[in-house]
Amino acid sequence: MAIDWSSFTPAGSIAGGVLIGLAVALLLLAKGRIAGVSGIVGGLLSPQRGNVAWRLAFIAGLLAAPLMYGLFAVLPESRIDAGWPLLLVAGLLVGFGTRLGSGCTSGHGVCGMSRLSPRSILATLTFMGFGFATVYVMRHLIVF
Amino acid sequence: MSAIVSFIVGLAFGLGLIVAGMTDPAKVLAFLDLAGSWDPSLALVMGGAIPVSAVAFWMARKKGVSLLGRPIQLPDTRRIDWRLISGSALFGIGWGLAGICPGPALTLLGYGAWQGLVFVAAMIAGMILYGWLLERKT
Repeated sequence: MAIDWSSFTPAGSIAGGVLIGLAVALLLLAKGRIAGVSGIVGGLLSPQRGNVAWRLAFIAGLLAAPLMYGLFAVLPESRIDAGWPLLLVAGLLVGFGTRLGSGCTSGHGVCGMSRLSPRSILATLTFMGFGFATVYVMRHLIVF
Repeated sequence: MSAIVSFIVGLAFGLGLIVAGMTDPAKVLAFLDLAGSWDPSLALVMGGAIPVSAVAFWMARKKGVSLLGRPIQLPDTRRIDWRLISGSALFGIGWGLAGICPGPALTLLGYGAWQGLVFVAAMIAGMILYGWLLERKT
Protein backbone atom coordinates (compact mmCIF):
# COMPACT_ATOMS: atom_id res chain seq x y z
CA MET A 1 0.00 0.00 0.00
CA ALA A 2 1.63 3.24 -1.17
CA ILE A 3 0.24 6.38 0.47
CA ASP A 4 -0.38 9.19 -1.98
CA TRP A 5 0.95 12.03 0.17
CA SER A 6 0.40 14.62 -2.55
CA SER A 7 -3.35 13.90 -2.62
CA PHE A 8 -3.84 13.35 1.11
CA THR A 9 -5.69 16.32 2.61
CA PRO A 10 -5.83 15.75 6.38
CA ALA A 11 -6.89 19.29 7.35
CA GLY A 12 -9.68 19.57 4.80
CA SER A 13 -10.85 16.06 5.56
CA ILE A 14 -11.15 16.64 9.30
CA ALA A 15 -12.70 20.09 8.84
CA GLY A 16 -15.25 18.75 6.37
CA GLY A 17 -15.94 15.78 8.60
CA VAL A 18 -16.59 18.01 11.60
CA LEU A 19 -18.97 20.11 9.52
CA ILE A 20 -20.82 16.95 8.47
CA GLY A 21 -20.94 15.90 12.12
CA LEU A 22 -22.42 19.26 13.09
CA ALA A 23 -25.07 18.90 10.39
CA VAL A 24 -25.94 15.46 11.75
CA ALA A 25 -26.09 16.90 15.27
CA LEU A 26 -28.41 19.72 14.26
CA LEU A 27 -30.85 17.44 12.45
CA LEU A 28 -30.88 15.01 15.35
CA LEU A 29 -31.26 17.51 18.18
CA ALA A 30 -33.58 19.95 16.40
CA LYS A 31 -35.77 17.49 14.52
CA GLY A 32 -35.03 14.08 15.99
CA ARG A 33 -34.05 12.74 12.57
CA ILE A 34 -31.15 10.66 11.28
CA ALA A 35 -29.11 12.40 8.58
CA GLY A 36 -28.90 9.36 6.34
CA VAL A 37 -29.15 10.65 2.78
CA SER A 38 -30.42 7.43 1.24
CA GLY A 39 -33.16 7.30 3.86
CA ILE A 40 -34.07 10.94 3.41
CA VAL A 41 -34.41 10.47 -0.36
CA GLY A 42 -36.05 7.06 -0.02
CA GLY A 43 -38.70 8.48 2.28
CA LEU A 44 -39.82 10.75 -0.55
CA LEU A 45 -40.66 7.77 -2.73
CA SER A 46 -43.46 6.68 -0.41
CA PRO A 47 -44.45 10.11 0.85
CA GLN A 48 -46.37 10.50 4.08
CA ARG A 49 -48.12 13.67 5.16
CA GLY A 50 -45.94 15.87 7.30
CA ASN A 51 -42.90 13.88 6.29
CA VAL A 52 -42.10 15.49 2.96
CA ALA A 53 -41.22 19.16 3.37
CA TRP A 54 -38.20 18.68 5.60
CA ARG A 55 -36.78 16.08 3.21
CA LEU A 56 -37.14 18.41 0.25
CA ALA A 57 -35.59 21.23 2.27
CA PHE A 58 -32.59 19.05 3.20
CA ILE A 59 -32.06 18.04 -0.43
CA ALA A 60 -32.40 21.68 -1.49
CA GLY A 61 -29.64 22.48 1.00
CA LEU A 62 -27.37 19.83 -0.51
CA LEU A 63 -28.05 21.17 -4.01
CA ALA A 64 -27.42 24.74 -2.86
CA ALA A 65 -24.10 23.95 -1.16
CA PRO A 66 -21.90 24.10 -4.29
CA LEU A 67 -23.68 27.26 -5.40
CA MET A 68 -23.03 28.91 -2.05
CA TYR A 69 -19.43 27.65 -1.89
CA GLY A 70 -18.84 28.97 -5.39
CA LEU A 71 -19.77 32.51 -4.29
CA PHE A 72 -16.76 32.66 -1.98
CA ALA A 73 -14.19 30.30 -3.39
CA VAL A 74 -13.32 28.17 -6.39
CA LEU A 75 -15.09 24.84 -6.14
CA PRO A 76 -12.67 21.93 -5.69
CA GLU A 77 -12.33 19.82 -8.80
CA SER A 78 -14.69 16.92 -9.32
CA ARG A 79 -13.03 14.29 -11.48
CA ILE A 80 -15.45 11.71 -12.87
CA ASP A 81 -13.99 9.13 -15.23
CA ALA A 82 -17.07 6.92 -15.42
CA GLY A 83 -19.02 7.11 -18.68
CA TRP A 84 -22.79 7.09 -18.67
CA PRO A 85 -23.19 3.28 -18.82
CA LEU A 86 -21.05 2.80 -15.72
CA LEU A 87 -22.81 5.70 -13.99
CA LEU A 88 -26.16 4.06 -14.74
CA VAL A 89 -25.12 0.70 -13.32
CA ALA A 90 -23.43 2.30 -10.31
CA GLY A 91 -26.45 4.48 -9.59
CA LEU A 92 -28.87 1.55 -9.84
CA LEU A 93 -26.77 -0.51 -7.44
CA VAL A 94 -26.41 2.36 -4.99
CA GLY A 95 -30.13 3.12 -5.10
CA PHE A 96 -31.24 -0.48 -4.75
CA GLY A 97 -28.54 -1.44 -2.27
CA THR A 98 -29.03 1.49 0.10
CA ARG A 99 -32.77 0.82 0.35
CA LEU A 100 -32.25 -2.92 0.85
CA GLY A 101 -29.53 -2.32 3.40
CA SER A 102 -31.36 0.57 5.09
CA GLY A 103 -28.54 3.08 4.82
CA CYS A 104 -25.38 4.45 3.27
CA THR A 105 -22.14 6.17 4.30
CA SER A 106 -24.00 8.90 6.20
CA GLY A 107 -26.76 6.78 7.73
CA HIS A 108 -24.73 3.73 8.71
CA GLY A 109 -21.20 5.05 8.41
CA VAL A 110 -21.55 8.26 10.39
CA CYS A 111 -24.82 8.12 12.36
CA GLY A 112 -24.96 4.40 13.06
CA MET A 113 -21.27 3.99 13.85
CA SER A 114 -21.31 6.98 16.20
CA ARG A 115 -24.06 5.20 18.19
CA LEU A 116 -22.00 2.00 18.15
CA SER A 117 -24.93 0.27 16.48
CA PRO A 118 -23.94 -3.33 15.69
CA ARG A 119 -26.21 -3.18 12.62
CA SER A 120 -24.45 -0.14 11.27
CA ILE A 121 -20.96 -1.33 12.13
CA LEU A 122 -21.61 -4.51 10.18
CA ALA A 123 -23.22 -2.62 7.30
CA THR A 124 -20.28 -0.21 7.13
CA LEU A 125 -17.70 -2.99 7.19
CA THR A 126 -19.67 -4.73 4.43
CA PHE A 127 -20.02 -1.80 2.06
CA MET A 128 -16.46 -0.70 2.70
CA GLY A 129 -15.22 -4.22 2.01
CA PHE A 130 -17.17 -4.50 -1.21
CA GLY A 131 -16.06 -1.01 -2.18
CA PHE A 132 -12.40 -1.95 -1.71
CA ALA A 133 -12.92 -5.22 -3.58
CA THR A 134 -14.72 -3.58 -6.50
CA VAL A 135 -12.00 -0.98 -7.01
CA TYR A 136 -9.36 -3.72 -6.76
CA VAL A 137 -11.10 -5.73 -9.47
CA MET A 138 -11.72 -2.72 -11.69
CA ARG A 139 -8.21 -1.29 -11.41
CA HIS A 140 -5.92 -4.24 -10.77
CA LEU A 141 -7.59 -7.41 -12.05
CA ILE A 142 -9.54 -6.51 -15.16
CA VAL A 143 -7.14 -5.61 -17.92
CA PHE A 144 -8.65 -3.87 -20.94
CA MET B 1 -39.10 26.67 10.90
CA SER B 2 -38.61 22.97 10.46
CA ALA B 3 -37.95 23.40 6.75
CA ILE B 4 -35.44 26.18 7.41
CA VAL B 5 -33.55 24.01 9.88
CA SER B 6 -33.55 21.13 7.43
CA PHE B 7 -32.28 23.37 4.65
CA ILE B 8 -29.44 24.61 6.86
CA VAL B 9 -28.58 21.01 7.76
CA GLY B 10 -28.44 20.06 4.07
CA LEU B 11 -26.35 23.12 3.28
CA ALA B 12 -23.87 22.41 6.07
CA PHE B 13 -23.74 18.74 5.11
CA GLY B 14 -23.04 19.63 1.48
CA LEU B 15 -20.42 22.21 2.41
CA GLY B 16 -18.79 19.61 4.63
CA LEU B 17 -18.65 17.16 1.73
CA ILE B 18 -17.12 19.80 -0.54
CA VAL B 19 -14.52 20.94 2.02
CA ALA B 20 -13.64 17.29 2.67
CA GLY B 21 -13.12 16.62 -1.02
CA MET B 22 -15.85 13.99 -1.01
CA THR B 23 -17.55 15.49 -4.07
CA ASP B 24 -14.50 14.43 -6.08
CA PRO B 25 -15.19 10.78 -7.06
CA ALA B 26 -11.54 10.31 -8.02
CA LYS B 27 -10.57 11.14 -4.43
CA VAL B 28 -13.11 8.68 -3.03
CA LEU B 29 -11.90 5.97 -5.41
CA ALA B 30 -8.31 6.72 -4.35
CA PHE B 31 -9.36 5.82 -0.78
CA LEU B 32 -10.95 2.59 -2.00
CA ASP B 33 -7.86 1.74 -4.05
CA LEU B 34 -5.84 0.00 -1.34
CA ALA B 35 -3.52 -1.68 -3.84
CA GLY B 36 -2.83 1.53 -5.71
CA SER B 37 -1.80 5.03 -4.75
CA TRP B 38 -3.79 5.21 -1.52
CA ASP B 39 -5.41 8.44 -0.28
CA PRO B 40 -6.47 7.98 3.39
CA SER B 41 -8.50 11.21 3.43
CA LEU B 42 -11.94 9.57 3.61
CA ALA B 43 -10.97 7.87 6.86
CA LEU B 44 -10.22 11.26 8.39
CA VAL B 45 -13.54 12.61 7.16
CA MET B 46 -15.26 9.86 9.14
CA GLY B 47 -12.82 10.57 11.96
CA GLY B 48 -14.02 14.17 12.07
CA ALA B 49 -17.72 13.41 11.68
CA ILE B 50 -18.18 10.45 14.02
CA PRO B 51 -17.01 12.00 17.32
CA VAL B 52 -19.17 15.09 16.75
CA SER B 53 -22.13 12.91 15.85
CA ALA B 54 -21.46 10.69 18.87
CA VAL B 55 -21.78 13.65 21.24
CA ALA B 56 -25.09 14.55 19.61
CA PHE B 57 -26.45 11.02 20.00
CA TRP B 58 -25.39 11.00 23.63
CA MET B 59 -27.25 14.26 24.18
CA ALA B 60 -30.27 12.96 22.27
CA ARG B 61 -30.49 9.85 24.43
CA LYS B 62 -30.57 12.00 27.54
CA LYS B 63 -33.12 14.47 26.26
CA GLY B 64 -35.54 12.21 24.42
CA VAL B 65 -37.28 15.13 22.75
CA SER B 66 -35.93 17.33 19.97
CA LEU B 67 -35.66 21.11 20.22
CA LEU B 68 -38.70 21.47 17.98
CA GLY B 69 -40.65 19.21 20.29
CA ARG B 70 -40.59 15.95 18.37
CA PRO B 71 -39.80 12.69 20.13
CA ILE B 72 -36.38 11.43 19.17
CA GLN B 73 -36.97 7.95 17.76
CA LEU B 74 -33.83 6.19 16.73
CA PRO B 75 -33.63 3.20 14.39
CA ASP B 76 -33.15 -0.34 15.61
CA THR B 77 -29.51 -1.24 16.16
CA ARG B 78 -29.78 -4.96 16.67
CA ARG B 79 -31.49 -6.73 13.77
CA ILE B 80 -28.93 -8.20 11.42
CA ASP B 81 -30.42 -10.01 8.45
CA TRP B 82 -29.80 -10.89 4.84
CA ARG B 83 -31.22 -7.57 3.70
CA LEU B 84 -28.67 -5.60 5.67
CA ILE B 85 -25.76 -7.64 4.38
CA SER B 86 -26.81 -8.02 0.75
CA GLY B 87 -27.99 -4.42 0.51
CA SER B 88 -24.70 -3.15 1.92
CA ALA B 89 -22.80 -5.41 -0.46
CA LEU B 90 -24.69 -4.10 -3.50
CA PHE B 91 -24.25 -0.53 -2.30
CA GLY B 92 -20.51 -1.13 -1.81
CA ILE B 93 -20.16 -2.46 -5.33
CA GLY B 94 -22.04 0.48 -6.81
CA TRP B 95 -19.94 2.87 -4.72
CA GLY B 96 -16.74 1.22 -5.88
CA LEU B 97 -17.74 1.44 -9.54
CA ALA B 98 -18.03 5.23 -9.73
CA GLY B 99 -16.91 6.53 -6.34
CA ILE B 100 -20.26 8.23 -5.78
CA CYS B 101 -22.71 7.69 -2.90
CA PRO B 102 -26.06 9.41 -2.22
CA GLY B 103 -24.90 12.61 -0.48
CA PRO B 104 -22.16 13.50 -2.95
CA ALA B 105 -24.45 12.49 -5.81
CA LEU B 106 -26.98 15.18 -4.91
CA THR B 107 -24.24 17.73 -4.29
CA LEU B 108 -22.80 16.92 -7.73
CA LEU B 109 -26.22 17.69 -9.14
CA GLY B 110 -25.80 21.12 -7.58
CA TYR B 111 -22.47 21.42 -9.43
CA GLY B 112 -24.50 21.12 -12.62
CA ALA B 113 -22.53 18.06 -13.68
CA TRP B 114 -24.36 15.87 -16.22
CA GLN B 115 -22.84 12.86 -14.50
CA GLY B 116 -24.67 13.89 -11.33
CA LEU B 117 -27.94 13.89 -13.20
CA VAL B 118 -27.37 10.45 -14.74
CA PHE B 119 -26.26 8.96 -11.42
CA VAL B 120 -29.11 10.48 -9.38
CA ALA B 121 -31.68 9.38 -11.98
CA ALA B 122 -30.31 5.84 -11.88
CA MET B 123 -30.15 5.92 -8.07
CA ILE B 124 -33.79 6.93 -7.81
CA ALA B 125 -34.69 4.25 -10.36
CA GLY B 126 -32.84 1.70 -8.24
CA MET B 127 -34.72 2.82 -5.14
CA ILE B 128 -38.06 2.56 -6.94
CA LEU B 129 -37.11 -0.87 -8.27
CA TYR B 130 -36.40 -2.00 -4.71
CA GLY B 131 -39.84 -0.77 -3.66
CA TRP B 132 -41.54 -2.68 -6.47
CA LEU B 133 -39.65 -5.92 -5.94
CA LEU B 134 -39.12 -6.24 -2.24
CA GLU B 135 -41.25 -3.96 -0.16
CA ARG B 136 -44.32 -5.57 1.42
CA LYS B 137 -47.52 -4.23 0.01
CA THR B 138 -50.18 -3.72 2.68
